[in-house]
Amino acid sequence: MTASNDTASEPAPQDRPGLRVRLIPVLDRYGILLVIFVMSLVLYALQPEVFLTWRNVANIFKQTAVNSMLAIGMFLAILTAGIDLSVGSVLALAMMALAVANADGWAWPVVLLLGPLVGLMAGFVNGVGITKLRMPHPFIMTLGMLFMARGLANLISGGVPYTGLPDPVRFLGSAQIYLGEWGAERINLPVALIVTVAVYCAFWVFLEHTVLGRRIYAIGGNPQAARVSGISVDRVLIIVYTLCGLMAGFGGLIMAGRTNSGFPNAGVGAELEAIAAVIIGGASFFGGRGTVLGVFGGVIVMGLISNGLNLNNVSVFWQQILIGLIIVIAVFLDVLRRQVGTRR
Amino acid sequence: MIVIKIGHHVATALASKRSMWGDLEGGVHLTIAAPTGDRSPALEQPILEAHGITKYFGAVTALRGVDFALYRNEVVGVVGDNGAGKSTLMKILSGLYAPSQGQLLFEGRPVRFHSPRDARNLGIEMVYQDLALAENMNIAENIFLGREPRRRFRLVDHRASREQAQQHLDNLRIHVKSVEQKVGELSGGQRQAVAIARATAFKAKVVIMDEPTAALAVKEVGKVLDLIKGLKQRGIGVVLISHRMDDIFYVCDRVMALFHGANFAEAPLKQTSRSQVIGWIMGTKESPGELAYDRVQ
Repeated sequence: MTASNDTASEPAPQDRPGLRVRLIPVLDRYGILLVIFVMSLVLYALQPEVFLTWRNVANIFKQTAVNSMLAIGMFLAILTAGIDLSVGSVLALAMMALAVANADGWAWPVVLLLGPLVGLMAGFVNGVGITKLRMPHPFIMTLGMLFMARGLANLISGGVPYTGLPDPVRFLGSAQIYLGEWGAERINLPVALIVTVAVYCAFWVFLEHTVLGRRIYAIGGNPQAARVSGISVDRVLIIVYTLCGLMAGFGGLIMAGRTNSGFPNAGVGAELEAIAAVIIGGASFFGGRGTVLGVFGGVIVMGLISNGLNLNNVSVFWQQILIGLIIVIAVFLDVLRRQVGTRR
Repeated sequence: MIVIKIGHHVATALASKRSMWGDLEGGVHLTIAAPTGDRSPALEQPILEAHGITKYFGAVTALRGVDFALYRNEVVGVVGDNGAGKSTLMKILSGLYAPSQGQLLFEGRPVRFHSPRDARNLGIEMVYQDLALAENMNIAENIFLGREPRRRFRLVDHRASREQAQQHLDNLRIHVKSVEQKVGELSGGQRQAVAIARATAFKAKVVIMDEPTAALAVKEVGKVLDLIKGLKQRGIGVVLISHRMDDIFYVCDRVMALFHGANFAEAPLKQTSRSQVIGWIMGTKESPGELAYDRVQ
């Protein structure tokens, strides 16, 4: 009996590290899906009648749509080892700009475009400030923009909310496409979900397959290497922060659509939720590491937490505690992974 | 008649300072010695030259009127103590810094580099001391960093990148498990090999290396040095900065010393010795009691 045990365990000391190392890239890439699957199982076990209904699932996606937009932009900044603290304020500014423009009687196509455009411009200012004014860290420039954009949002609105937007402007945030009946349920596909999926697919192609996307990773990995390879780091960084601002503007448009209004204190603290999603999704704060799928997973994990706790009538304060815990655990797992995965 | 026997590159340097020699013209006969071996000096033009390079960093003078020349199929060792100006000179040659004064010539033509990209376009590549690799990216992507093979719409042709990288590594006889391995997973010697592969991936004519063996395990040093010899056989001019006399005397054809930011001494390798070169580094030309085993061959 002991003999058979020995032969069974004999190859283990040699094979186990190899297997572990080979598993790492797979877990790196798809581990977040595993987390989502386990969380869904738990939530399903707790609320079998509600959790897996289409209505609830669609709801999760509707609620996470704004964070999805902010997180993918934030991901670009974090990939370059930077940060964009201004996305919450830029979201509010974009939202306010379009709501005020609408109240002033501008045509809806202008109102619709104004949100993303305002975000784009704020992001461009961030990018130029970080590179051309040679700010010591993107933290500084975007912290400045956090205050400036918030102040501007209050200034143009007089600090009061504006309600009532035309349907075309609300389309991205609140429209649903009726797909048919499934069992007793009406299947409505939220447009916000389609937008989220389309944006994430576009960013995946951008980051994995375009020259610019790969250069963003390279700058995150080693900016000096990128520079001496003839890559114009400043130009890439300006594009990164401009895109980040653009996504914040989109977030503003979607939130305006969902709430049918613009309110100047929208998105307070949203930058931190976006950062949390990116980090839970496995991106490295030191730049160069992380995937679009991971970010999407991070957003969904946060959505599941708040959805699950809401369904189970747990205090919203517990959500904060839980999200905080998950950030720490996610980064700790990453630290462990690096110890095994890299040489040196 | 005065006969001065000097290296060819010095002659070219002097030719550019004609006024200095004007009053001696006709009286001076320059016997130009080929830099290495038996090449005809008349046909040989330095691939890369620098004349009177001076570089200031604020109040600090890093280089003072330095002359430099490099020929095809040649490995030049540049030695000097820390702060002698070796790295600054190399960064000027590779386009990272612009000289405060002085002139660069590439294949005989004056050139001015605004960025490393300008130098790279001419075929001057630098392998940096800190390697300048992106550890989060794979070997193929690092080799083509900044010059990615493309398809339509500025998409990266990942397949061409992999295949060309593999082929290039095979040419250089560099073995890696896979070109899709992340550089962060490689050993120091393998990283150095990738850095050299990157420098030579696009018809390089000059490769400048800053301490390529400094961070390597002993058994990896030989491989990298042989790689450098291989470059020379492919017709590439190599500039090698090194503190290690073993490296210099293994791969170089000529050695040049900088001291306090100025040219101090230089000689074909066959006409010097380790102790003499070490003397140069310390700023002395006095014959330091030569030992028989210091002599190469």
